Amino acid sequence: MSILINKDTKIITQGITGKTGQFHTEKCQEYANGKNCFVAGVNPKKAGESIFGIPIFGSVKEAAAETGATVSVIYVPPPGAAAAIWEAVEADLDLVVCITEGIPVRDMLMVRNKMLRKEAAGGKKTLLLGPNCPGLITPDEVKIGIMPGHIHRKGRIGVVSRSGTLTYEAVGQLTEIGLGQSSAVGTGGDPINGLKHIDIMRLFNDDPDTDAVIMIGEIGGPDEADAAVWCKANMKKPIVGFIAGVTAPAGKRMGHAGALISGGADTADAKLAIMEECGFKVTRDPSEMGKLIKAMI
Amino acid sequence: MKIHEYQGKELLKKFGVVVPRGVFCPSVDDAVKAAESLGGKVWVVKAQIHAGGRGKGGGVKVAKSLDEVRQYAGQILGMQLVTHQTGPAGQKVRRLLIEEGADIRKEYYVAALTDRATQKVAMMASSEGGMDIEEVAHKTPEKILKVFIDPIDGLTDAQATQLATGIGVPADSVAKAVATLKGLYTCYMETDASLAEINPLILEGNGDIKALDAKFNFDSNSLYRQPEIMAFRDLDEEDPDELEASRFDLSYISLDGNIGCLVNGAGLAMATMDTIKLFGAEPANFLDVGGGATTEKVTEAFQIMLRNPKVKGILVNIFGGIMRCDTIATGVVAAARVTHLSVPLVVRMKGTNEDIGKKILSESGLPIITADSMAEAATKIVAAVS
Repeated sequence: MSILINKDTKIITQGITGKTGQFHTEKCQEYANGKNCFVAGVNPKKAGESIFGIPIFGSVKEAAAETGATVSVIYVPPPGAAAAIWEAVEADLDLVVCITEGIPVRDMLMVRNKMLRKEAAGGKKTLLLGPNCPGLITPDEVKIGIMPGHIHRKGRIGVVSRSGTLTYEAVGQLTEIGLGQSSAVGTGGDPINGLKHIDIMRLFNDDPDTDAVIMIGEIGGPDEADAAVWCKANMKKPIVGFIAGVTAPAGKRMGHAGALISGGADTADAKLAIMEECGFKVTRDPSEMGKLIKAMI
Repeated sequence: MKIHEYQGKELLKKFGVVVPRGVFCPSVDDAVKAAESLGGKVWVVKAQIHAGGRGKGGGVKVAKSLDEVRQYAGQILGMQLVTHQTGPAGQKVRRLLIEEGADIRKEYYVAALTDRATQKVAMMASSEGGMDIEEVAHKTPEKILKVFIDPIDGLTDAQATQLATGIGVPADSVAKAVATLKGLYTCYMETDASLAEINPLILEGNGDIKALDAKFNFDSNSLYRQPEIMAFRDLDEEDPDELEASRFDLSYISLDGNIGCLVNGAGLAMATMDTIKLFGAEPANFLDVGGGATTEKVTEAFQIMLRNPKVKGILVNIFGGIMRCDTIATGVVAAARVTHLSVPLVVRMKGTNEDIGKKILSESGLPIITADSMAEAATKIVAAVS
């Protein structure tokens, strides 16, 4: 088992014909069962054609109807990315993974509120991962996103983080000491996004094949604290926590649009404190994440 | 991206918010002429820099004669204005705003910003205008009212009225306050702002509602579609190194320590800075080279880091994913040669083509120290600079 995706997941790629979309689609196809998982691409101007053996459709709805795909991954450039998310939501997919970095915050606000309205009106709930995220992977089954597949190894540790390379760092440490991963998920560096730490922790808690979780966060926003409070009451599995940005000055955007300290609760110290209080094994040394989890299982 | 107060007021005015009559002035003579043309008996001379806290730092003065306008304009223009937001060096004042005086009966605070937790636009208002809002939030949080706006509906009359009456705007001025709040909201959305703050918003003796200040911050992801806002950009107010870095698509922020760091990925870059601190030193910068680092980009990154005279050593931390370690290693060796690197350099590389990357470093003949983990890298660079 795993969370959100597995070897049987059928995936549509939106933005498959762009440079980034092409590059990563090939890598995703090469990884584990990718050849069978990536079943459709979308580009209204190239409908009827194919790329890397993947048929291209004019719309997400059509691609889903023709292939039975339930998940999409988006590489569409920022000006059209929020519309691409909405197209996938309107097609009633289960999960949309948006890799695109640099989407205007107002566009994300609008699409997130449209999604909430659709759900409130009884429409199907589509999960969104990202934007500005590396995607997610279930080792030896399928990878959806831009992470390097070869550093992963199948196993029983869950990893969740906002950042890409920091997720790889945790995964690399685990693999090096012989611990595999059930799934590794990047929720993305933007201030307005879909799935948050708390949602991923819930999924890992319910996953019988996850024994423990590394939860990585960074400065800015309430996500990590919300997850910590939820975990204190509900999480049955050990957690190692790390927060990046102890040295980040207030008021500066640290690379990620969402990594900005605008108040006391946004700081790394405040987040580390609440995570510790909620029973996490927290560390200030990111080189130790793997070792600490090994000691706990 | 931030803009000046006088630019913010231009925006607000466009969206129907009443602001004092004022003139932007680049010189003392212009300031006096502006005061003359504005007329009246009282003028406000205001330093235009991007940082807040200008009043306390001596950058805002009330003049009661044209001579005083000349005197204050002369004092403020060209001064190094130090506020709690500028750092100890302060910011040089290059621009002034001359405004007509206002008849202040009451000061309020209003602001719009994006609320991450609710994924709505939050509009905040307080009866405690003219003060540091962080302090109000800390000492008397009950005096800050908030409404959360669904961007599909926009700010409703009911919400705006709730805020206006909630902060004590007198009944016969409520309609004007509601119009101001709606103007502020529309301005916030249309310009892709991430913060729009009026502090103070005032009630005048005659019942008018006016914005005496305007502070804006804009979503940098949206600037491509906001040419009017981009035209407001003032490069004088930006850190020259950060500006230079942005030209090469590098995300760079200067800090106070002495160890430069070059990392791929924002999260890993922060984690690297934290590790340096954990092992006893302070980072000199945040620098994310991004996913597609080339030799040119790495060389530029080295040059920007080394321009900082405090830098006594450099730590490179790369997790090779899509970007291969050998590419980075080639870039690092070239950069070290081009910059005639004279400070210690520690490189930690993991991931794709790690072995080839390490071989390139060791065969370069350069005194590059290598490390396997972030902790080891930090220990080595801290030892090398002390």
